[in-house]
Amino acid sequence: MTTESKPALRLSGIVKTFPGVRALDGVSFDVRPGEVHALLGENGAGKSTLMKVLAGIHQPNEGAIFIEEEKVVMRNPLDAKAKGVVLIHQELSLAEELSAAENIYLGELPRKSFGRVDWATLYDRAGGILKRLNCSFGPKTIVGDLSIANKQMVEIARALTVDAKAVIFDEPTASLTDAEKVVLFDVIRDLTARGVGIVYISHRMDEIFTLSDRISVLRDGAHRGTLITKETDEDEVTKLMIGRSLDLTRNIVAGELGPVAIEVQGLSCGKLYRDVGFEVRAGEVLGFYGLVGAGRTEIAETLFGLRAPSAGEIRVDGQAVTIRSPGDAIRLGISLVPESRKEQGLILGMSCKDNMTLPQVGDLTAGPFVSDGAEIAIFDQYRDKLAIKTPGWRQAVGNLSGGNQQKIVIGKWLSMQPKVLIVDEPTRGIDVGSKSEIHALIRDLAKQGYAVIVISSEMPEVLSVSDRIAAMYHGQLMRIFTAAEVSEDSLVQAISGIGAGKVA
Amino acid sequence: MAALTWSNITQVLAKQGILIAFALFMFGFALANARFLDIDNVLGVVRSSAILGVMALGVTFVVISGNLDLSVGSMMSFSTIVVLDLHDKIGPALAIPAMFALTLCLGALIGFLVGYLRLNSLIVTLGMLSAIHGLTLTWSGGKNMDIADKQGTWFGIFGQDEMLGVPVPILVFVLLAVVLSVLLARTPFGRKVYAVGGNGTAATFSGIPRARIVFCTYLISAFCVACAGLLQASRSLGSQNTVGQGLELEVLAAVILGGASLLGGSGTVFKTVIGVLILGFIQNGLLLVGLEFYVQYVVTWVIIILAVWLDVAAKRGRLWSPIA
Amino acid sequence: MQNENTARLLKQGAIWGFIVLELIFFSVAGKFLSLSDGAFMDLDNMLLLLKQSAPIGIIALGMTIVMINGNIDLSVGAIFALSAVILLDSMTWPIFEGLGDWVIPVSWLLALATGTALGALNGLIVWKTGVDAFIVTLGSMLGYRGLVFMYNGEQPTSNLNWTLVDFAEAQPLGLHTATWFLLGCTAVLWWLLNRTVHGRNAYAIGDNREAAVNASIRVGPHMMINFMIIGFLAALSAAVFYSESGSVNPNDGSLYELWAITAVVLGGTKLTGGRGSVISTFGGVIAIQLLRKGLGYIGADTETVNLVIGLILIAVLYLDKQLNRKGKEELRI
Repeated sequence: MTTESKPALRLSGIVKTFPGVRALDGVSFDVRPGEVHALLGENGAGKSTLMKVLAGIHQPNEGAIFIEEEKVVMRNPLDAKAKGVVLIHQELSLAEELSAAENIYLGELPRKSFGRVDWATLYDRAGGILKRLNCSFGPKTIVGDLSIANKQMVEIARALTVDAKAVIFDEPTASLTDAEKVVLFDVIRDLTARGVGIVYISHRMDEIFTLSDRISVLRDGAHRGTLITKETDEDEVTKLMIGRSLDLTRNIVAGELGPVAIEVQGLSCGKLYRDVGFEVRAGEVLGFYGLVGAGRTEIAETLFGLRAPSAGEIRVDGQAVTIRSPGDAIRLGISLVPESRKEQGLILGMSCKDNMTLPQVGDLTAGPFVSDGAEIAIFDQYRDKLAIKTPGWRQAVGNLSGGNQQKIVIGKWLSMQPKVLIVDEPTRGIDVGSKSEIHALIRDLAKQGYAVIVISSEMPEVLSVSDRIAAMYHGQLMRIFTAAEVSEDSLVQAISGIGAGKVA
Repeated sequence: MAALTWSNITQVLAKQGILIAFALFMFGFALANARFLDIDNVLGVVRSSAILGVMALGVTFVVISGNLDLSVGSMMSFSTIVVLDLHDKIGPALAIPAMFALTLCLGALIGFLVGYLRLNSLIVTLGMLSAIHGLTLTWSGGKNMDIADKQGTWFGIFGQDEMLGVPVPILVFVLLAVVLSVLLARTPFGRKVYAVGGNGTAATFSGIPRARIVFCTYLISAFCVACAGLLQASRSLGSQNTVGQGLELEVLAAVILGGASLLGGSGTVFKTVIGVLILGFIQNGLLLVGLEFYVQYVVTWVIIILAVWLDVAAKRGRLWSPIA
Repeated sequence: MQNENTARLLKQGAIWGFIVLELIFFSVAGKFLSLSDGAFMDLDNMLLLLKQSAPIGIIALGMTIVMINGNIDLSVGAIFALSAVILLDSMTWPIFEGLGDWVIPVSWLLALATGTALGALNGLIVWKTGVDAFIVTLGSMLGYRGLVFMYNGEQPTSNLNWTLVDFAEAQPLGLHTATWFLLGCTAVLWWLLNRTVHGRNAYAIGDNREAAVNASIRVGPHMMINFMIIGFLAALSAAVFYSESGSVNPNDGSLYELWAITAVVLGGTKLTGGRGSVISTFGGVIAIQLLRKGLGYIGADTETVNLVIGLILIAVLYLDKQLNRKGKEELRI
C-alpha cells in the first residue's frame, strides 16, 4: 500500500438532506488504492445514504466526489460503474432465473449480428472473472440454484467487468457462514492487491479488525473521525461510534417487579434460532441486542404466532400455551410492534384512527356497526398519551412523519392493554427527538406494569431502556446481562461471537 | 399559494374524476337527446344494468381485498341454468334456495383455494371459469333450458314484475347495494376487507385472519352472482348455457371504472354503482343519439384507460410513467 | 443444489409427462369406451390435432413472451378478430382489383400490420402511462372488439378465395399449413427468447425489474416490442385460420385470451414473469387439444373438457406452490 498515491475515491463535504432529516452532514473521507476502508456506524447513522450517494442512486445536496482526484458526478448506478465505483448490494439485485454469466453482464450482454447474444464471448469473459474469484461454479449455472454466498460472488463479479477503482461492500457477511466469510475475505484481499480501493460497511467489529486498514465512524450523519486500524482498539472505536454526547442514562432496576409474565424454554425454530430460554416479569424491560439476522426478530415472530417453533415451550402467566396465529397471541395478551413499520405495522392508505383500532375493531361496535365514537375515543386517548402530532384522525397514516407513524403503531398495541409488549426496532428511521420520547415511553410502560421486550440493533437504545439485556449471536442466546453488570465492551463482544471470555 | 398546478388538478380529478365524468356524460347526452333523462329511460337503463350491477357489487369486495374474480360470468350461467332446471323438477320454492346453496359452494371452493391455500386468484378463477362452464354444460346436457309452463309459474316476479312502480330487478340491485355498502363501510368485517387488500402483511400482523376474510369475499361474490342468476332466469324463464359469458370482464371494467385499484385496498360500493351506471348510460346514450351498441365498447375502452391513468398519475405526482 | 436441479427438470418435463399420460390413457380407455373403430393414436388423427392446435397455439406463444416479461395481454381475441376482418375484407377492396391472386400476400401483410399496430398501441399505453397491463389490455379487449363491430356491424365478413383455401389446406411434407406455421413460430420464438439480447432482457425484466433497471436495461421498449410480437402472432393466427374458413363473425376469438393463458400456465410459465419457455407452452397447447379430442374419443361429453381443463389448471398451480415452499420455518403471513 503506497500511502502517497492519489486516493482512488475521495468525498468532500457531502451533505444530503431529505424532507425533515439531514441524513448526511458534511462527510469527508478518502479511500486509497489497495486499501480497505471500513465504515462504521449504528443504524440510522447515515451509512446507507452515503452508499447510495456513492453509487449514484442519490444526488448529494452539497459536496463533491472525486475519483483519482478528478471531480465526478454520478448520474445513476451504471454511470457510477462506468466511472469505476461499484456497489455490492446487501440485498442481492440478481435475476434468479438467468445464468451467472448473464447476471454478471446484465444490461451489457455482448452482441452479434441480428441482436444475437455473443454467448462465446459472454461465457469466456464471465468464466474468466469467476475463475479470478476462485468460484466453484461455472458461468452457465443458474443463479437461483446458487447459495447466498455464491450469489454474492456473482454480485462481486459484476464489479470486475469494468476497471473498478473502488468497490463498496454493504454488510456483505450478513448472511454468510464462517467458511464463506473466509472466501469473501480472500476475494477482498485479492482486489486490494490489484490496487482497488474498498469501502467496507459492517457492524461486526471482529471482521473490521481482521480486514481493514483504516476505520471511519459515522454518527448522526456526521463523520466522527478516521482511525488507523493498527493503532486503535475496539474500545476506542466503540466510544466513537456510540458517542459520549448522548450521556446514557443507564437504567438500573427501577420499580417493583411483578410475577413472571412470559417464560420461554428451549425454544428453537429450525436454523433460525436454537434453544433459547428467558423470562420477562411484569414491570421489566428485557432488551434483545444482536446483529441483523441473529434470530431476534424470529423469536418475536414466534411469540406472536407467526412462526411455528420446532421445539420448546412458551408459558404465559405460568400456563404452557400454543400460539398458532397472531389472534391467539392477542388473546393471550401479547402484542408485537413489528420491525418494519411500513410493511408490517401500518396500512398506509388508511386513516390514523382506522390503523390504531385495527386489531380490536371487532369489539368497538354498536350493534353490528363500527362505533365511530368508541374508535375516536381510543384514538384521542392514545394521541394525547403518546403526543402524536397529526392534523386529525382522518389523516392517512402515510402522510405522517416516521416518528408519528411509529407512535400510531405503538398506540395500536397499547390500546389492546397487553400483558406482554414486544417492540422490534422501535426507533428505526426516526429522528433523534422522537427517539428519546419513545425511549421514555418504553420505560414508563414498564413502570405501569407491562412486561416489555425490546429488540434493537442500537446499543445506546438497549442500554438506556433495558433492565436486562439478552445478547444474540447466530441464532444463539449468548448471555443475559443485568443492567448493573453490563458494559459496552462485553456486549459488543457477546454479539460478535467473541464469547464471554474473549475466546476468539 | 395553492395555485392550479398540474398535480393539484390531477389530485382533484383522481378523487372525484369518476363523478365528474359521469356528470359530463349525462349532461352531454341530455343535450343531444331530450329523452335521455326521462324517468322511463333512466329506469330502463338501471333495470338493464341491474344484473351486471349486482355481480359488480360482489366483485367489488373481492377486488378491494386484493384479488380478482374472473369466474362470475360462468358462475352466473350456472346459477341461471340450475335454477331453471330445478324449477321444473322440485318447484320454484325449493329451486331457489338449492341454487343459492350450490352457487355458494362454488364460491366457497374458490375462497378456499385463494384464501386458505393462497393460490393466485387470477389463475384460480380462470380455471373455475372453464370448470364451471363445463359443469353447466354437463348439467344442462348442452341444451338450452326452458321452464315448461311459463304462464303458470310465479317465478317471473323477480325479473318481470314491479313493486311500488319500480321494477323488481332495480329494487334488488338497490337493496343489495345499500346492504353491501353498509357492510363494507360500517362494519368490522368491511374494515378488515380494506386492511387485507391495503396491506395483507400488516393486516396479519394486526391479528386479522386474512384467509377467512378472503374466503368471505368470495362467498359474497357468489351470493351476488346467485342473485344475478335468479334475476336473469326469472326475466327470461329460459336460458342458454352461455348467458353470462364475457360478463366477468365487463363486471371488472365497471369496478375499475368505479376507481377500485386492482392492487386492493381502495374502492367503495357506491363508486362501483356509479361505474355500472356509467357503462349503462353510455350504452343507452349512444343508442339514443343513433349509434350502434358496439360503439360503447370503444368509448368504454377510452374511459377506462383515462380513468385509471389519472388515478395512477395522481398517486405518483406526474402524468407520464417513469419507465425508461 | 441437486434438489433444485431435479425440481427444475421435473417442472420442464412435467407437461410432456402429462401428454404421454394422456396418450396412454386415451389409447387404453378408448379400447373399451370408444364408439369409433379407429385407434386414438392414428397418424391422421394426430396430424389433425396439430392443425387444430394452431390458432390458439400461435397466440399462446406470444402470450408466453409477454408473460415472461411480466405482463399479460387480454386483448388477443379481439386483435385476432380484427385482423381476420382486415384480411378477408381487404381482398375485395377496389384498389387491389388488378392484382389477381397477388392480392393474397398484400392482404396477409395488411392483416399482420394491423395486429402488430394494435399490439404496439397496447405496449405504448402500458409504457407511457404506467397503467398495469392487465387493465390496459382489458380495456383494449373491449375497444378492439368494438372496432371489429364498427367495421362491419353484426354481419359476418366473408370472402372465400380458392387459391388461398388451397394454400391453407395443403399438406406439404405431410403436415398441414397451419401446423407448419405453429412449428415455425415456436422455433423462431425459441430463438428469440434464448438467443437474442432482447429475449434475455425480457427474462431479466420479468424476473427482477429493479435489477434490470439498475443495469440500465430500458424496460419500456422491450415491453412494447413484446406486445407487438403478440399482436403480430394473433394476426398471423387469424390469417392462417381464416384463409381456410373464409368467414369471420364479429364475436370470433372471444375467450381466446383465456385459452392462451391456460396453455401458457400449464406449460409452467411463472405468473409473475422471469421463467417460462415456448417449448413448454407448445406442450401446454398440445395437452389441451389432446384432452379435448381424447375426451370426445372415449365418448365423454365434449363439455367435460372445460371442467377437466379448469381443474387441471388449478391443480398445476397448487403443485407449483408446493414445490416452491420453503418449509416449516416459513413466516405464516
